[in-house]
Amino acid sequence: MTEGIALAVEGLGKRYRRKVALRDCSFELPAGRVSALVGMNGAGKTTLLSVLAGLLPPTEGRVRLPAGERRIAFVAQEKPLYRHFSVRDMLRLGSKLNTVWDQQRALDWLARFDVPLDRPCGKLSGGQQAQVSFAVAIGSRPSVLLLDEPLSNLDPLARREVVKELLSAVVDTDMTVLMSTHVVAELSGVADHLLLLGDGELVLSGDVDDLLAAHRNYAGPRSERPPVPGEVLVASHVGGQSTFLMESFEPVAAPWTARPVTLEDLVLARLENARAVAA
Amino acid sequence: MSYVVEFRVDRGSGMPAYLQLAQQVREALRLGWLTPGDKLPTVREVVATSGVNPNTVLKAYRELEFAGLVEARQGAGTFVKAALGTADRKDLARLYDELVEWLARARKSGLEDEDVVALLRTALEGERE
Repeated sequence: MTEGIALAVEGLGKRYRRKVALRDCSFELPAGRVSALVGMNGAGKTTLLSVLAGLLPPTEGRVRLPAGERRIAFVAQEKPLYRHFSVRDMLRLGSKLNTVWDQQRALDWLARFDVPLDRPCGKLSGGQQAQVSFAVAIGSRPSVLLLDEPLSNLDPLARREVVKELLSAVVDTDMTVLMSTHVVAELSGVADHLLLLGDGELVLSGDVDDLLAAHRNYAGPRSERPPVPGEVLVASHVGGQSTFLMESFEPVAAPWTARPVTLEDLVLARLENARAVAA
Repeated sequence: MSYVVEFRVDRGSGMPAYLQLAQQVREALRLGWLTPGDKLPTVREVVATSGVNPNTVLKAYRELEFAGLVEARQGAGTFVKAALGTADRKDLARLYDELVEWLARARKSGLEDEDVVALLRTALEGERE
């Protein structure tokens, strides 16, 4: 496998009885990076993460990991815990079930978020339960950490703190992170690599900065045709003005103007485009 | 004690996050908040204080290094190498005060943030012509 790749997927597909959840997905996760898995509800994000985690067998294709480092941790969206276990017992379970265990790292995470070690997991708040799941996952010192909607049950302040701690762990341990979300707005500055899933298919993948640099918003006087060559993702015509979101970085002459796109613009445009092509 | 730049990423901006961070260092240099010899915060420190992706911080530092503004010293960290802007700090302070006065007059005439920026841009473009 190529160096610098934490995980590679080739022609991955998953079918549940008649429903196709994933179709012909191929991509690589760059090592030591934070990748975002983005898609609307039902796009197949959880299925993909479950297959990568080894919890679901794929119907076709395969997942490849580099030799040696093959420790994958997966934190499911429901953040499952044993209700009657104390937090301390959950850590002990983690230490018994994993070949590598960093108790201090797990304890540090819990202390950071003021989670009481002696309380049964079932008596913790939703936010605290999430922190126990994160602590167990981080304690297992994964080479690849998979997180399904990790921020969904957290208040805005806790979200920011969890992001800081996760990214700090990336610096400290060189782990690779893949986190799913449908809230695109919270990704900028957090994820540096993007996997965009639309209805079970990979719509777009790549380095976030490269993707942003390859797209522009062009605005100018009403026109049916875009001002520069390139693929048009979104065209809108309002009054005397036309705007085109395009895969292009060509400069443009007045009266047209070119503006950079935000990650949110790009994601929404690509998803809508994929849907229009499928329909 | 070195000045610690407070990094932030504007999520609504189309500018890539690493360029935003590099620009914030450039601004600090221009305004004299950072001077040659100052140490930039480590990647770990930036991540822990502002929650920005570590690869983004690294990329920003590489960009600044490439521009000759900072240098990475093996094992010691990243240090400011060159100053940006030629005005000395006294001139900068005076210009700032004048700008604040001007801004007060602009507000009295009913100008909003966007009007001020548009006016400044027009003046800059006029100078070029």
